[in-house]
Amino acid sequence: MSDQTTSGRVLAADGTPLKTSLARALRRQKLRALALIAPLLLFVLITFIAPIADMLFRSVENQIVVETLPQTVSALADWDPESGDTPGEDVYRALAADLKIAAKAKTHTRLGTRLNYELTGASSLFRKSGRQVKKMDLEGDASIKDAFIKIDKDWGKPDIWRTIQTYSPRYTNGYFLNAVDMQKGPDGPEARPENQQIYLMLFGRTLFMSLMITGSCILLGYPVAWILANLPARSANMLMILVLLPFWTSLLVRTSAWKVMLQQQGVINDVLVWLGLVGDDARLVMINNQFGTIVAMTHILLPFMILPMYSVMQTIQPTYLRAAKSLGATNWTAFWRVYFPQSVPGIGAGSILVFILSIGYYITPEIVGGNTGTFISNRIAYHISSSLNWGLAAALGAILLAVVLLLYYAYDKIVGIDNVKLGG
Amino acid sequence: MTPMKTILTTTALTFAAGFANAQDMAKDMTLVSWGGAYQKSQDLAYVQPYLEMHPEVSATWDSSSNEAVAKLRAMNEAGNVTWDVVDVVASDAIRLCDEGLAMEIDPDTQLAAAPDGTSAADDFGDLLVSDCFIPQIVYSTTAAYRPDLLPADAPAPDSICAMFDMETYPGKRTLEKRPINNMEWALLCDGVAKDEVYDVLATEEGQQRGLAKLDTIKDQVVWWSAAAEPPQLLADGEIVMGTSYNGRWFSAIEEQGQPFKMLWDAQVFDLDGWIIPAGLSDERKARALDFIMFATDTQRLADQAAYISYGPARASSAPLVGQHAELGIDMAPHMPTDPNNAKNTFLYNYEFWADYRDDIDAKFQSWLAK
Repeated sequence: MSDQTTSGRVLAADGTPLKTSLARALRRQKLRALALIAPLLLFVLITFIAPIADMLFRSVENQIVVETLPQTVSALADWDPESGDTPGEDVYRALAADLKIAAKAKTHTRLGTRLNYELTGASSLFRKSGRQVKKMDLEGDASIKDAFIKIDKDWGKPDIWRTIQTYSPRYTNGYFLNAVDMQKGPDGPEARPENQQIYLMLFGRTLFMSLMITGSCILLGYPVAWILANLPARSANMLMILVLLPFWTSLLVRTSAWKVMLQQQGVINDVLVWLGLVGDDARLVMINNQFGTIVAMTHILLPFMILPMYSVMQTIQPTYLRAAKSLGATNWTAFWRVYFPQSVPGIGAGSILVFILSIGYYITPEIVGGNTGTFISNRIAYHISSSLNWGLAAALGAILLAVVLLLYYAYDKIVGIDNVKLGG
Repeated sequence: MTPMKTILTTTALTFAAGFANAQDMAKDMTLVSWGGAYQKSQDLAYVQPYLEMHPEVSATWDSSSNEAVAKLRAMNEAGNVTWDVVDVVASDAIRLCDEGLAMEIDPDTQLAAAPDGTSAADDFGDLLVSDCFIPQIVYSTTAAYRPDLLPADAPAPDSICAMFDMETYPGKRTLEKRPINNMEWALLCDGVAKDEVYDVLATEEGQQRGLAKLDTIKDQVVWWSAAAEPPQLLADGEIVMGTSYNGRWFSAIEEQGQPFKMLWDAQVFDLDGWIIPAGLSDERKARALDFIMFATDTQRLADQAAYISYGPARASSAPLVGQHAELGIDMAPHMPTDPNNAKNTFLYNYEFWADYRDDIDAKFQSWLAK
């Protein structure tokens, strides 16, 4: 053949090998496709991925110690914290030099706040020392060590030095250890004292309650979706508005309404007392605890369960059920063996939506959660907005993200992610 | 120089000077506060008067004070601070100052002196708790109760320890969901002398002791995180007593006629005031300072007390406090600083809590969740 060379390779019209020519054309096509999605890709990268990555990076970042106290950190490298002694005069001299610079730039208090997360008292120690170190004379022969101990006797104890040395590397696992109720001890990671442990318990509670909420959404949502899918379009649309109505009401209003309903002097308790089912002195406690949180969040997240279920159920042919029954199946068998398996993709989609939304929910548990119904997200919010411990908040967030991804992976392995449909 | 020329030059110079002055200050200001009645009192007492004096300026309110610290940090990191004057509580001001997010203020040159010539530093006195903080008001966290919900034969509560006395005063209570204030009261009612409270609280045993005292009422406490909750809970009869800010109680009792009684014993004074964010451009900084100078002078702080029952932070403002703008009642007896109300008080210990907040909060939350 004319377009075949002696080596047997297929050539295109211009003489290049066909394979290369095809690949080039394909690459051009791919590039064109990429150029088309480039605006969206860039948008997502810049406004979504980058901030998340930046936030997660804070969970290990710890440059502030070495950047504020560079000379101290290097002078302190040889000090043995096990000795029980404070470091030598040279370290104090380095600290004085570092603090003079830091106090001028006003970064010493920032370092104090950072170290206060690890050692109570560091905040005021650095604030006080920064103010007085300006007057310190480094040229003279007087002992700088004594001068520091005169400022605050904490400088004469090994604790603050141990903390500075432990947290001098640029990256630390300290925040992650804290996020799983551990701390850096002299011999590596160790458990925190029991009266400070909270995060593992909160992670567990968040997962448990999210599962409960997902479960109750399935139980309540399935019949509603079934009715919606099987009614004539006119009445189905009317009912659909009722399902969507909560979306048009503010989240705070819905949550506060549950407070009015469930509190001890609330509507439900009043009715129960009036009916004589409950004594006036034994009104039920239904809010500010786990129960209240589960009820309020189930209500709020229910539409996210009903909508995917409904759109999947709409596609299930009623003829299948009729066929099953004509072949002798009871109502229950027809439903359980024929209808239900076809509706599983809807349940799967709804469950993933509800579970992932509820695992990161913050405002409803904050308002109705009391002390037994709060989530890990409430602690994350506290560390972001009140304690300003963003490193710990980032570590908690990273763990939460990892747990969600892990569960998603497990779901994919067990149920199969192809088996999830949002419609059609 | 001919006379004509002189006039022309002078006019030009005056014009230029006036022009330069106007250019030195930004025309837009974003003020950040807490929203609600408090922000309204600020608006009426000094923002509106300021805008009348400077018609070229426009001011925008942003009710974000409850998350101001985190937002300011985020703005600072992004290099785009959009706020000019921010209202925060004193502990947040200290935190912002420590983080380098707030500008340092020199009270002698940047704040107005009192009418009698007392310098601003002396007039504010001890209330200048941070280099960056310009105090406005003194408020207090204090208790209130519903007499009709307490047992008829029980004496009227006169001590904060009624909160811990489940036998005499059965029923639910509400306390703020944080260790600050609650730990002090718990230790006080556990028999610790008032001037030793913080020494005890600084020790591990003292913290355990405080939590153990709180543990005796734990299952009867509804924990609040927004100060609007306690008056609502008390009005609904969900609780029989609780703590909130004195201004919230005032508004429930005097403005809405709720049958509550105040329990001023062991009220904890706290301060609220302005900070100016670090890193503003020169024009915006000049405008913010000009506003602050006006808004925190003696008369303006006294004016604010006509709209809300918080005490002015200047000593010289106290005698000028008059009547409520709408109710026409004397405001002085409703001030937390009134001698009748201030028989037994705490002042929020800023230094202590700056050091111990993270530690005690971890223990408190761990205790709470169990």
